[in-house]
Amino acid sequence: MGKEKIKICEEFYDIMPPEYRELVDSSTYGKEGRGWKDVGVAKELIEEHSLCAGCPESIAFRYVLACLPNPEDTVMVGSTGCTSLVFPHVAVHNIHSLFGNQNAVASGLKRALAHRFPGKVKDVVVLAGDGATVDIGLDMTLQSWFRQEKFLTICFDNELYANTGGQESGLMQKGFVSKMAPAGKKFDKVRLPEIAEESGCHYVATLTVSKPNRVEKAIRQGVLIAREVGPTYIQLYTPCILEIGKQAMEGLQEMRDSEGPNERFAFKEYISEEAKAYLASLEKEKKPAAIPTQG
Amino acid sequence: MEANSVIGTVNKKGQKIVDPEYLFFEAPRQQYFMTGSEVVREAIRRASVDISVAYPITPQSEAAAMVGDLYVEGYVGDYFRGESEFAVMSQCAGASFGGARVFTTTSGPGTLRAYENFPMWAGSRLPILINVMVRGINSPLNIQPDTLELGMILDTGMLIWHAETAQELFDYLLKGYIVAEEPDVHLPIAVVIDGFFVSHTKDMVMIPSADLALTPYNPYRSPVPCMDMEVPPVRMMRDPFVMKSNYISYATHASWQQEIRAAIERSRKHTIRLIGGLIEEENSDADILIVSSGTAVAQGREAIRLLAEEGIRVGIVKVKTLRPFPHEEIRQATKNAKLIFVPEFNVVGWMAREIKAVIPDNHRVIEGPHVAGGMTLPPEVIVEEIKKVLAGKKEVVHG
Ligand SMILES: Cc1ncc(C[n+]2csc(CCOP(=O)(O)OP(=O)(O)O)c2C)c(N)n1
Ligand code: SF4
Ligand SMILES: [Mg+2]
Repeated sequence: MGKEKIKICEEFYDIMPPEYRELVDSSTYGKEGRGWKDVGVAKELIEEHSLCAGCPESIAFRYVLACLPNPEDTVMVGSTGCTSLVFPHVAVHNIHSLFGNQNAVASGLKRALAHRFPGKVKDVVVLAGDGATVDIGLDMTLQSWFRQEKFLTICFDNELYANTGGQESGLMQKGFVSKMAPAGKKFDKVRLPEIAEESGCHYVATLTVSKPNRVEKAIRQGVLIAREVGPTYIQLYTPCILEIGKQAMEGLQEMRDSEGPNERFAFKEYISEEAKAYLASLEKEKKPAAIPTQG
Repeated sequence: MEANSVIGTVNKKGQKIVDPEYLFFEAPRQQYFMTGSEVVREAIRRASVDISVAYPITPQSEAAAMVGDLYVEGYVGDYFRGESEFAVMSQCAGASFGGARVFTTTSGPGTLRAYENFPMWAGSRLPILINVMVRGINSPLNIQPDTLELGMILDTGMLIWHAETAQELFDYLLKGYIVAEEPDVHLPIAVVIDGFFVSHTKDMVMIPSADLALTPYNPYRSPVPCMDMEVPPVRMMRDPFVMKSNYISYATHASWQQEIRAAIERSRKHTIRLIGGLIEEENSDADILIVSSGTAVAQGREAIRLLAEEGIRVGIVKVKTLRPFPHEEIRQATKNAKLIFVPEFNVVGWMAREIKAVIPDNHRVIEGPHVAGGMTLPPEVIVEEIKKVLAGKKEVVHG
């Protein structure tokens, strides 16, 4: 498949915007084993972003897009929040509609694509903030899992409502003082990964984006298992450096500090028996879509 | 057009895909006696619907469940129960973004629970068809017919057609898709009926053979790209709309919202062709007119018959489309009227407000009679109101 849908006829080549020509010439649509190592080497599927300088969401976004196994047939669904400032610059079809309804939109979308393109791979990936995933959209997040809708849900967990100026969110740590939690948050960080497991997700991963190999493996597993087995969930720590008072270059260290063995973002992975069997079958067949071995 | 290339072919269910105009105007029809809910089922059986999402709420639950039967029979591509009307309308959006023809239904509290989705549908140019079976909204809890919710969705950017009878319901459901999916319209459409009065009573309906089906939706005739990665995923905009202090973002929003209203107006020509005009008139040269929509019109007609027996001549104007609103048509039809009565099934009289806003000398408009909460509106009540005003007993408020 690759690039045949985006290629430019010769007569129009010179009038196409340079960033589009670059997409045709050196992006990695259709490339086997694409991954984070293409970042900075090949044309990325994210043109630019309007996040704060140094915001870890930006590198997380770039990894996610570099690691999608099948971007030429992937449609993404976003939500309102800092991530919605990035999606317009992304070269895979993506939908922004309302705040918090992303898993409902993705449910309808995935079914429409499955109905319209039987026998063809069309992946759907949700990418939204913690407020969208856990607070306002929680019922739709969970219900899509209960219904076993076949798409990957990625939550960019920055532990607060960043885009509206740093208010309390359900994924915020207990005791953290923020807008709308003036005396400190009174209840624990919601344990969505555990809830995801109980709700029928076949793959659940919690991690920061400090280690791109790990992110790559998680994203590929998340997409492939969702495609063949059932819903998957990945929670990525992407600290809002602006609201926790860090400098532009301090995001990476913040993530490293939060992923130690006893920290809240210690790497955790759950794979259902069904998903394990599927991954094993992939290994056996040595399909081009197989998972890179170590992260 | 690609859609036309499928005309004459047979779909998975063995139905023959026919030219919509043939299905609407020429195909032989047979008479049936059925409820409004059954009429919905029979329309959707012939509508080549890809996906339908359902949620229970009286009085639309029955129709929504019957669409599920169609899915099991293979007439509808996919079907499920969503978790709330807000979620359902977002699921419908997702399916429509993905290029599917989508059908759903709701009523009263469900309409309001879903509300945020409707302007989003319009803004995203999703030609979803929603059958709204109006009922009272809380509080107090009420399940009876009441059109208050309609006044609240008028300016969501959807096309809104108000069917009076089961026959209109059948025809509007099919014709609605064709108008809503026109490239120069491409907007969601609400086909409205008065709950219970139309959904749960039996009526005579003329229906073409179940072996015929509407041409399927062609998402590549959409004025905006279908989100299926079958067309190039160009960077959609230089800067996101929401970026502050950006003139482009204000201008984009304002002009796109204007474009949606313009698209509603552009639907007129297709609508007039298929449903024969945005209004229907009877004796509109009379000094006294009744103007309304839905089953209030049926009650008005009865009132006219009763008044005629007493030698009082009254005409009627039935408003078939609330959006586009037939302002010029109503102005023309009411130009000689001295008194314009607007019977309504809601407490606020939004239809009277709509009419007052578009006609000259609007002190001619008598807001009412209106009933609410599921009360019936017997023709005698309309007769009484008209006679009271004529006798000068009720003061006509001059504006
Ligand atoms: C219905 C609705 N309620 C509230 C908002 C305001 N709002 C926009 S973004 C946002 C917070 C987003 O937080 P999160 O999902 O965590 O994403 P982040 O910005 O932190 O990446 C809120 C509350 C909205 N747009 N729509
Ligand atoms: S507000 Fe926070 S999350 Fe949003 S772009 Fe800035 S640093 Fe990133
Ligand atoms: Mg957040």
